[in-house]
Amino acid sequence: MVLVFSDDKKLTLEMLSKGSELAKELGKKLTAVVIGKNDDALAKEYIAHGADKVFVAETDIESFKAEEYTELLESIIKETGAETVLIGSNKNGKELAPRLASRLNTGCVTDCTNLYFKDKKLTTERIVYSGNAIAVEQFNSKPQIATIPSKVFDPLPKDDKHTGDVVKKKFDVEKSASKILKIQEMKSEGVNVEDAEIIVSCGRGFKNKDDIKLVDDLAEILKGRTVGCSRPIAADLKWLAEEHWIGLSGHKVKPKLYIAAGISGQIQHIAGMRDSGVIVAINKDPEALIFKSADYGIVGDLYEILPKLTNAVKEKMG
Amino acid sequence: MNIIVCAKQVVDVSEMKVDSSTKKPILQGVPQKISDIDKNAMEEAIKIKDKHGGKITVLTVGPADAKERIKELLAMGADEGILIPYPDKYDYHVVSTLLTEAIKKIGEYDIILCGEASIDLFSGQIGPRLAGLLGIPQITYAQSVNAEKDKITADRNMGDKSVTTESTYPVLITVTKEINEPRLPSLMQILGAANKPINDWTVESLADGLNPKIDAVELNGIPMERKNIIYKDNVDESVKNLVDSLAKEGVLR
Ligand SMILES: Cc1cc2nc3c(=O)[nH]c(=O)nc-3n(C[C@H](O)[C@H](O)[C@H](O)COP(=O)(O)OP(=O)(O)OC[C@H]3O[C@@H](n4cnc5c(N)ncnc54)[C@H](O)[C@@H]3O)c2cc1C
Ligand SMILES: Nc1ncnc2c1ncn2[C@@H]1O[C@H](COP(=O)(O)O)[C@@H](O)[C@H]1O
Repeated sequence: MVLVFSDDKKLTLEMLSKGSELAKELGKKLTAVVIGKNDDALAKEYIAHGADKVFVAETDIESFKAEEYTELLESIIKETGAETVLIGSNKNGKELAPRLASRLNTGCVTDCTNLYFKDKKLTTERIVYSGNAIAVEQFNSKPQIATIPSKVFDPLPKDDKHTGDVVKKKFDVEKSASKILKIQEMKSEGVNVEDAEIIVSCGRGFKNKDDIKLVDDLAEILKGRTVGCSRPIAADLKWLAEEHWIGLSGHKVKPKLYIAAGISGQIQHIAGMRDSGVIVAINKDPEALIFKSADYGIVGDLYEILPKLTNAVKEKMG
Repeated sequence: MNIIVCAKQVVDVSEMKVDSSTKKPILQGVPQKISDIDKNAMEEAIKIKDKHGGKITVLTVGPADAKERIKELLAMGADEGILIPYPDKYDYHVVSTLLTEAIKKIGEYDIILCGEASIDLFSGQIGPRLAGLLGIPQITYAQSVNAEKDKITADRNMGDKSVTTESTYPVLITVTKEINEPRLPSLMQILGAANKPINDWTVESLADGLNPKIDAVELNGIPMERKNIIYKDNVDESVKNLVDSLAKEGVLR
């Protein structure tokens, strides 16, 4: 059996698509796991998107805790005899999957960008060395656990004729010794850098939060309207929300045009945008690494260049 | 407070190249270093020790030359290092089992610190695996921690939310780059580190019959070739040239 779990619905739908392909090849069933309250509408949706079965683990756990979710999934895997487990690679999934793998004494590959059978073995591809290479690996034992980032696979079209069972089961899990004191939702503007065609990004070369207006203005003119940033802008300074963060530990993007202003071009940033169509860099340091990863660049002060560039683009585009 | 810092020696990915004819990444001759975030883990360990006293042990599964890297962490403030060699074949299952057995052998521990992920493979597996094998709570992606006498609190960067978690000891914590600024050891500290012990523990003394669950099949380089046309003279000229080029590329529509 192939088992799919994420607390993110979109990601679950994407994994169900890949999961049903793998399940077909194996001649096995595809099960989606829902943890928490029974949600009939959600279960129906998973079935319409390929699940043969939805396993609802009813618990009174209020918030995600890797320790408790691990125990739940461990029980579900044992009960269902699942041999292939796909877990969504959001931050919760990334800390859940390896813990689960350790409890089951098994292999786990994180952030797979491809997944297929080769010589009857589940084979994974993932990006390593900050974007310099792809590692191809194979599982040699079961259960086999892979985590899948969002947007790697497209969900199957909805098929209301597809049928499946919903199984509900109550679980008591041992409470973790850790306690969640506070959960603070970061404000989101619904920015989606992954789908953007044009991205203008800012880095530490910006002196104040308000100066981000300079990239906003250019993005607006370019009709991309999408602003990206380097890790320090989102993680240290918190000038922009996480959804703008591009790189190894942030979002992976591939717009037609990527403009990096005041970004040094460390490999961890490049890892997130190296698949872009045309890359443009603006940096005052002629030796900045970013120029090595750029198609076009201007050496100079972004405070002088960006307004001029915005005007020039406006004129050109008429 | 007994603190264990798990630190990994990695290739400096920023110095890596891909062979343009074979399309394979070149790993030979690339400088080695401590995985960046492990230095943040080390720094945090020192801060906790400064507050509560205790001992910091650095634990590494790595090649013999990783001793040089462990010395850097001893110079920063660790008390002792332990080096376990890589077995012939290894994966995350093997490495985490070795680290876990070593931690059990050390015996007394309150806090285990790891990086959020290693800079070469960026998996984030070891931390949660150790916590799972030891059956202790895990606090991942800690962006700030406050260690008190019998509990620890951390603010965790979970992407679209920030989660504050508290735990009793023992606990495993993975830290992010933002948690602190790792100190640079002084010359005196670097010299002093020479007298601190680094113990060699064998694989056999920790576990036998260890086999990887994942086999490496191949490693393919991803070359990146860019035009590298850089305008650097007059700003107005440069801007004009850039806009003309972008128009030609067809990205201004
Ligand atoms: C494990 C790990 C994961 C990471 N993940 C990511 C990630 O996902 N994304 C990411 O971005 N980083 C990531 N990083 C961090 C990365 O290594 C760099 O530290 C970061 O990208 C640097 O951000 P920056 O370029 O904005 O800042 P800096 O490196 O400080 O660069 C600022 C640049 O601005 C230029 N500048 C300054 N003033 C001006 C001016 N007036 N006009 C023009 N140019 C100017 C400077 O010349 C400099 O090149 C990660 C690091 C680690 C260790
Ligand atoms: N070989 C190793 N020896 C010691 N610690 C390690 C090793 N590999 C990984 N770690 C620790 O686990 C963290 C995450 O690594 P990874 O799972 O490779 O992303 C690192 O930041 C280290 O703290």
